[in-house]
Amino acid sequence: MNAQLSAAWGLLPDYLGQHLLVSLSALALGLAVSLPLTLAAHRSAAVRWPVLTLASLIQTIPGLALLALFYPLLLALSALSLNTLGVGFSALGFLPSLLSLALYAMLPILRNGVTGLQGVDPAVVEAARGMGMTENQRLWRVELPLAAPVIMAGVRTATVWTIGAATLATSVGQTSLGNYIFSGLQTENWIFVLFGCGAAAVLALAADQLLGLVERALRDRKPGRIWVGALGLLIGAGLILSPLAAPKPETVYVIGAKNFSEQYILAELIAARLEAAGAHVTRKEDLGSAIAYRALAAGEIDAYVDYSGTLWANVINRTDNPGREAVLAGLTSELRRRDGVLVLGGLGFENAYALAMKRERAEALGIRTLDDLAAHAGELTMGGDLEFFSRPEWAKVRDAYGLRFRAQKQFQPTFMYNALAGGEADVISAFSSDGRIAADDLVVLEDPRRALPPYDAVILVSPRRANDEAFLRLLRPLIGRIPVAPMRQANYSVDRDRDKRTPAQAAAELRKALGL
Amino acid sequence: MTEPVISLAGVRKAYGALVALAGIDLAVEGGSFVALVGGSGSGKTTALKIINGLVSPDSGQVRVAGEAVGQGPGHLLRRSIGYVFQEIGLFPHMTVAENIAVGPTLAGWTEADIAARIGELLSLVALPDSVAARLPAELSGGQRQRVGVARALAARPAIMLMDEPFGALDPITRDALGRDYKALHAKLGLTTVMVTHDVMEALLLADRIVVFGEGRVLADATPRELLSGHADAAVRALTETPLRQARDVNLLAGNASGGAA
Repeated sequence: MNAQLSAAWGLLPDYLGQHLLVSLSALALGLAVSLPLTLAAHRSAAVRWPVLTLASLIQTIPGLALLALFYPLLLALSALSLNTLGVGFSALGFLPSLLSLALYAMLPILRNGVTGLQGVDPAVVEAARGMGMTENQRLWRVELPLAAPVIMAGVRTATVWTIGAATLATSVGQTSLGNYIFSGLQTENWIFVLFGCGAAAVLALAADQLLGLVERALRDRKPGRIWVGALGLLIGAGLILSPLAAPKPETVYVIGAKNFSEQYILAELIAARLEAAGAHVTRKEDLGSAIAYRALAAGEIDAYVDYSGTLWANVINRTDNPGREAVLAGLTSELRRRDGVLVLGGLGFENAYALAMKRERAEALGIRTLDDLAAHAGELTMGGDLEFFSRPEWAKVRDAYGLRFRAQKQFQPTFMYNALAGGEADVISAFSSDGRIAADDLVVLEDPRRALPPYDAVILVSPRRANDEAFLRLLRPLIGRIPVAPMRQANYSVDRDRDKRTPAQAAAELRKALGL
Repeated sequence: MTEPVISLAGVRKAYGALVALAGIDLAVEGGSFVALVGGSGSGKTTALKIINGLVSPDSGQVRVAGEAVGQGPGHLLRRSIGYVFQEIGLFPHMTVAENIAVGPTLAGWTEADIAARIGELLSLVALPDSVAARLPAELSGGQRQRVGVARALAARPAIMLMDEPFGALDPITRDALGRDYKALHAKLGLTTVMVTHDVMEALLLADRIVVFGEGRVLADATPRELLSGHADAAVRALTETPLRQARDVNLLAGNASGGAA
């Protein structure tokens, strides 16, 4: 309990600073784009409709999708710029977050801006014209001052939205308060989830209140109070951003992780070995499965753990299964040839799709392999997680062994294990390194026909570190040293409800137990 | 013969199918006080806004102070013409002093000149200096319209255009403001064109009345000429009502004083 909370506090300066940095930059960009558009829309009805419609349309795209869409786009642009201009840029993290959050900020600024300007009393506008003001003088001396409170209300809405939506930036590798939420949800660490939500809410409310002060001062035309509010914003932002200004060491290794417990633990394990040797490490966690490999190939992260079957199917688009060693060998040569990515080697365990049963039930029926299971399938109920029955792995294993169950049911993963314990399912789909396999005393059925592809956990190294001997020397001792049982134990210590460990604690325990 | 300060020749203006002005001629001599009267939709307001370029005519010639309107930038023309209208349009985010200062500021006056001018104008429109620091929302309707007149006069225009300037005021304030303005008009040697739907007001303030009907000029005469009868029945109908009212009030006043004596 206390360990979780102090871990959360320790991460706060970095997360909060990064969160504010990306939110403020996005707001600044959103304002810089929206305000001229607002003026154009105010002056011309022909501009107004398309601009407001487009902004509304952007708002309907879910935040996560918008962020994810920017990544491949930026990656292509970066490659193009590298080819033509000789300079590339990082397509991960800050840039996609900045662009998508800025797009999100545009609608409230535009809509309030246009409403505010259009709402200025026509008599006042006529007086300004009648007195001989030019269009610009009318705008700056009359329309903008009168519309300022409404415009400011739009800026406040945009600020609250942006600070809230910035938590999603975590999914494209931008550190934010969302790191608490994403990792907390994955490891069912509710303290982290609440801490992240609370911190984002406090930040949004504080920014909103200070902007509210500016808004009221604008409405009441008290320039003094406008400055108080603006100064408060500046000081607050300065304090929060100051930790980011600390001098950075020259070489920083970036370790990536996808968004589940095992990935966090292994990233912490790798990071701990590097840090023990005096290296500086930053972590990019909660990467989407598709993003992680591309980020590594592009050199935006230096190393992470992926699974051979995933790379085999999703990165080099193979559907066959030549066996564990052949898959690993094929990947090693193909990834090096194609992307310059180094497959350093397998850690020693698999996190594969597998079928699992309660040990006593399996022993009672005499089931050890999937062939044994096929003989009893007609009497048994199979439980799968939400996607299992629609995955190619299921079609393969079903056809290879002729599995015809009495019934098939879908469960949310946590409930699937409860269903197995309660007898509502006799066999379930499982991940072979899941901690609950050991905790619930389950057996993983053998796959003699090799229908299920191998999912060896392998360390991948980015092209730019592929020849960094100092780096590789620290990672190589991990190869082949992590059996599935201790990995399950470590995963379970993070996932269980009581006496939870943080991923860093679990990694430390794993290092100690295995002498790494 | 000197050139009129304002002249409209063959001016037409239509809003879609609606013809606001069906080709009118109008000449305003320097120093005169001309009232444009007529029902709503008669074209009188359009004619006024064509003079300072707020509305562009579809065809015809408009000249103001020897210059053709529509040739140069409209905002420069408008800075040299005072403009007062019924809704007043005081800038709600500026104090009375700031409102009055707008015209002189646009004309590039020095701050000292502007400050002196504000005091001068407030006494000209009979407002106490204490209103200078107030916002328009803190004034009465009559005070607001006086500020509107002061603001229009601030940059020393020679021409004033007024569109129902006293329309929203109560009868007593309206009468007082009208008479005050007429005195200002004479004192400052202004040329004034005022749109009103109130014939009594036109008769009492103007030295020339132009009657509009369906986009045409129906009559163009002095108040005395107009009151002595006109060939056009619609024009006669306009003047008959105030004349009858005046007779009735006189009769009533005569009877009442007779009864009291």
